[in-house]
Amino acid sequence: MSRLVLGPFNRVEGDLEVQLEVQDGRVVEARVNAPMFRGFEIMLAGRDPIDALTIVPRICGICSVSQSVASAKALADASGAVMPANGLHATNLMLACENLADHLTHFYVFFMPDFTREVYAARGWFGEAQRRFAPLVGGASGAGLHNRAALAARARWLELMGALGGKWPHTGAILPGGTSRAIETIERVRLLSSLREMRAFLELTLFGTALEEVAALDSVSALQRWQSRAPGSDMALFLDIASDAGLASLGGGPGRYLSYGAYAQGDGAHVLGRGVWDAHLQQRLALDPSRISEDMRHAWLSEGEGGLPLHPMAGLTQPEPDKAGAYTWNKAPRLAGQVMETGAIARQLVDGQPLIHALALAHGGTVYTRVLARLMEIARILPLMEQWLMALQVREPYHQVQAMPAQAQGIGLSEAARGALGHWLKIEDGRIAHYQIVAPTSWNFSPRDGAGTPGALEAALVGAVVDSASGERGQSVAVQHIVRSFDPCMVCTVH
Amino acid sequence: MTLNVLWLQAGGCGGCSLSLLGADTVDFAALLHDNGIHMLWHPALSLAGEQELPDLMQACLDGRVRLDALCIEGAMLRGPRGSGRFHLLSGTDAPMIEWVRKLSGVAEHVLAVGSCAAWGGISASGSNPTDACGLQYEDEHKGGLLGADFCARGGLPVINVAGCPTHPGWVTDTLMALAAGLLAQDDLDPLGRPRFYADELVHHGCTRNEYYEYKASAAKPSDLGCTMENMGCKGTQAHADCNTRLWNGYGSCTRAGYACISCTEPGFQRPGHPFHLTPKLAGIPTGLPIDMPKAWFVALASLSKSATPKRVKKNSHSDHLAVPPVSRKTGLR
Repeated sequence: MSRLVLGPFNRVEGDLEVQLEVQDGRVVEARVNAPMFRGFEIMLAGRDPIDALTIVPRICGICSVSQSVASAKALADASGAVMPANGLHATNLMLACENLADHLTHFYVFFMPDFTREVYAARGWFGEAQRRFAPLVGGASGAGLHNRAALAARARWLELMGALGGKWPHTGAILPGGTSRAIETIERVRLLSSLREMRAFLELTLFGTALEEVAALDSVSALQRWQSRAPGSDMALFLDIASDAGLASLGGGPGRYLSYGAYAQGDGAHVLGRGVWDAHLQQRLALDPSRISEDMRHAWLSEGEGGLPLHPMAGLTQPEPDKAGAYTWNKAPRLAGQVMETGAIARQLVDGQPLIHALALAHGGTVYTRVLARLMEIARILPLMEQWLMALQVREPYHQVQAMPAQAQGIGLSEAARGALGHWLKIEDGRIAHYQIVAPTSWNFSPRDGAGTPGALEAALVGAVVDSASGERGQSVAVQHIVRSFDPCMVCTVH
Repeated sequence: MTLNVLWLQAGGCGGCSLSLLGADTVDFAALLHDNGIHMLWHPALSLAGEQELPDLMQACLDGRVRLDALCIEGAMLRGPRGSGRFHLLSGTDAPMIEWVRKLSGVAEHVLAVGSCAAWGGISASGSNPTDACGLQYEDEHKGGLLGADFCARGGLPVINVAGCPTHPGWVTDTLMALAAGLLAQDDLDPLGRPRFYADELVHHGCTRNEYYEYKASAAKPSDLGCTMENMGCKGTQAHADCNTRLWNGYGSCTRAGYACISCTEPGFQRPGHPFHLTPKLAGIPTGLPIDMPKAWFVALASLSKSATPKRVKKNSHSDHLAVPPVSRKTGLR
C-alpha cells in the first residue's frame, strides 16, 4: 500500500488537498482536506445584522450571490421582511445569472480541459477536444476555441449582474426586503437581448439545438436520438468522450441527494422543489432541516460537550489546530446522521427531471450524471429567466422596508450552483450573536464523521485507478475527473 | 520580452480571479498573450496540476524560471500564533506565508491583487481570528507580512491593486503596464495603488450627482437619491474610478442603489458603524467629501437643501423617475 498526497488542485475554487491510500493501482481510502480557514462565523459575531449582507458574499468569489441570497433569507426569516414580487424576480434573476455562469465556467474552464491531457493523446476525439477545450493557460496555441468563446459569452452574460446588482462578484443589491435597483422599461428590453445573446451561444455551441429540446429530454433513448440531431455540439462531444472514457461508472456518490429548493416563489414554494431523493428507496422524501447536524470529530475545531454533532443553530466554530485525529478544517454535515450529495444533480432528481432520473437509475450519481445534470439545468434556467424578466411590473416596488428586531433568529436555505447552502443566525441586543453556514461542498467534501463514515467525495474516490504511482508523485486523471465532477468550492466549504 | 506571472490564492475568496475572467474583451487568452503577459500558473486557468506548482515555485526560487510578477490574491493568514497553519498550501505542508515570503525575494514585482492581499481586508474582519494582514500593510499601517521597507527586485514596493473585488481592468491595466515597462514609483499613490484608478474618486461620474448637489437624499434602499447623508455612502472619499470605468458592462455599487463602502481603502472592513448607515455628529455626516472643509460643507449643504428643485426632491424618494425634467420648446442657451 502506498500513500499519495495530491494538491494543490487547480481549476477548482480554492485550495484542496486529497490524501489517497493506493493498493494494486487503485484507491482504497481517501481523505479530503480543506486546508484554509478564515473564520467568517467568528468575524460576524457582534456586527449589525445588516452588515452580514456586505460580509458573507465575500466568503466566496464564485458563489457570492448565493451567499447573499441565503443571508437575506435568514434575515428575512428573523425580521418578517417580505420581498415584493419585483424584488423576488430580480433576486431570482441574479441567482440564476450566477448559477448559469458557474455551470458554464465549470464545463468549459474547469472540467473539459482535463480531456486535453497527454494521457488521452491516442483517443480518436483528442484533437477535437484540444481544438475546443484546451485550457486558457498552458494549452496549445490557437486551441481551446470554445473555451475562449464561452469566456467571452460569460463576460457579456454577467452584464446582467452589472445592471441588476452593480457588479459581480459581491453585490450589495440583495436585501431581506427585496432589491435596491429598479429596472426601467428600456433596460428590460436590453436585458432580454442579453438573454437572447446567451441563448444563441448555447444553442449554437453547447447544445446545437433549441434549449427547449434539451430540457424536454426524458429518457436514455431520447438522449441518443437528440445526439444524432446535434452531432457537432459540445454536449454531443462530451457524450462521446464520456462513453469512451467510462465516466458513467466513475465516482459514484452516496445515492442520497439533498436540495433546499431553488428560486423561491411568492407563496413560499420553489421553482425547483425542496427535498431529498433517496436512490435506494427510489423515493422523494420531505426535508426536515432540524435533522441537519455537523460532526467535528476530524476537523481542527473544538467539539461540543461529549463530542456530539451539533445542529447549526447550536453550532460552534473554535479552531483547535493541534487536535489529534483531525485532518481538515471542514466539518462533516449530516442529515439524520447520513451522508448526502448536493448540487445540480440533486436539484434535478428532487425536482423529478425524467432524463436525469433515467441516467441516475442506469449509472448512479457519477461523473457522467453530475455533468449532464448541470447541462440540463443550463437548458432549463434560461427560459425561466426570460419569464421572470417579462413578469417584472414597471412602477411596482422592488423593495419594502422592514425593521430588524433586537432579538430574533432566522434560517436561510437556498441553492448555490454547487448545491444546498444554509445560513443559521441569532440576533441579540440588535447584534449578530450567532452565525453558522453550511455550504454545498461542506456536504460533498466532508471528512469522516464520528462513526468513521467517509464523506461523499471520500467514498466516490475509492476504486479510482491511479495511473503512475511513484512515491508521492502519482498521477490519476480519474481522480481529477471525480474531484471536478462535484464542481467543488473550497472557500465556501470552510469559510 | 514577456512578463512571467505566477498567481497564488491565499486567505481570500477567489473573487478577484473570478472578476478578472469577466474582463471586457472578446478573447481573454489573447488579451494576455498579445500584451506580453505569460501566466506561468493560475489556479483557475492552468492545465497543470498537483506536482507542477511546487516544482514551478522551486524553479523560480532557484532562478531556473524568471519570475517577473508575483500576484497574490487573499490575505496573509499569520495565525495561529505566527505559525501560518490556518493555510498550509496543499501538497506542500508549508504555510502559504512562507511561500509568499520566499517568492517575494526573487520576484521582479510583487502585486497584492485585492484588498485582502493589500491590507488584510474582509479576511481581517471582526476579531481577526486568523491574524490576517496584507503583504505590506496591516490596515493603514505599513508593515504587513513583508515589512515596511520591502522593495521587490525591480525597485518598487508591493503594488496594491486594492478593491473588493478588484475591477478586471485594474488588474489587466497594471499587468500590461508592467509588461510594457511603463509602471514606475511615480505611478503609484502614497498607499502603493496604481494612480490610473486610485487618483479618481467613486463620486466622479456618479449618476446620483444631481441629488448630491441638492442634498436630495435617499431614505431607504431602492430610492434614487444621494446615499451619502443617510445610507453610508463613502463615494466622495473612496479612491477608485468605479463610476467612470464601470463594472460588468454598465454597473457600479451606487448605480445599483447601495452605498460605496470604500472597498479600495485600508480598514474598510471595520468602519466603526453599520455599513448601510451614515455616522453623524449633531446631524452632520462625520465622513465629509475629501478635500472639503467642514464649515463649507455645512454651509453649502444647508443652502443647497433650501434650493432643491421639487423634481429632484420627489425623485430622490422614488425608485423610478417620478418627475422628468421639464422639456423646453425653445432652443437651449
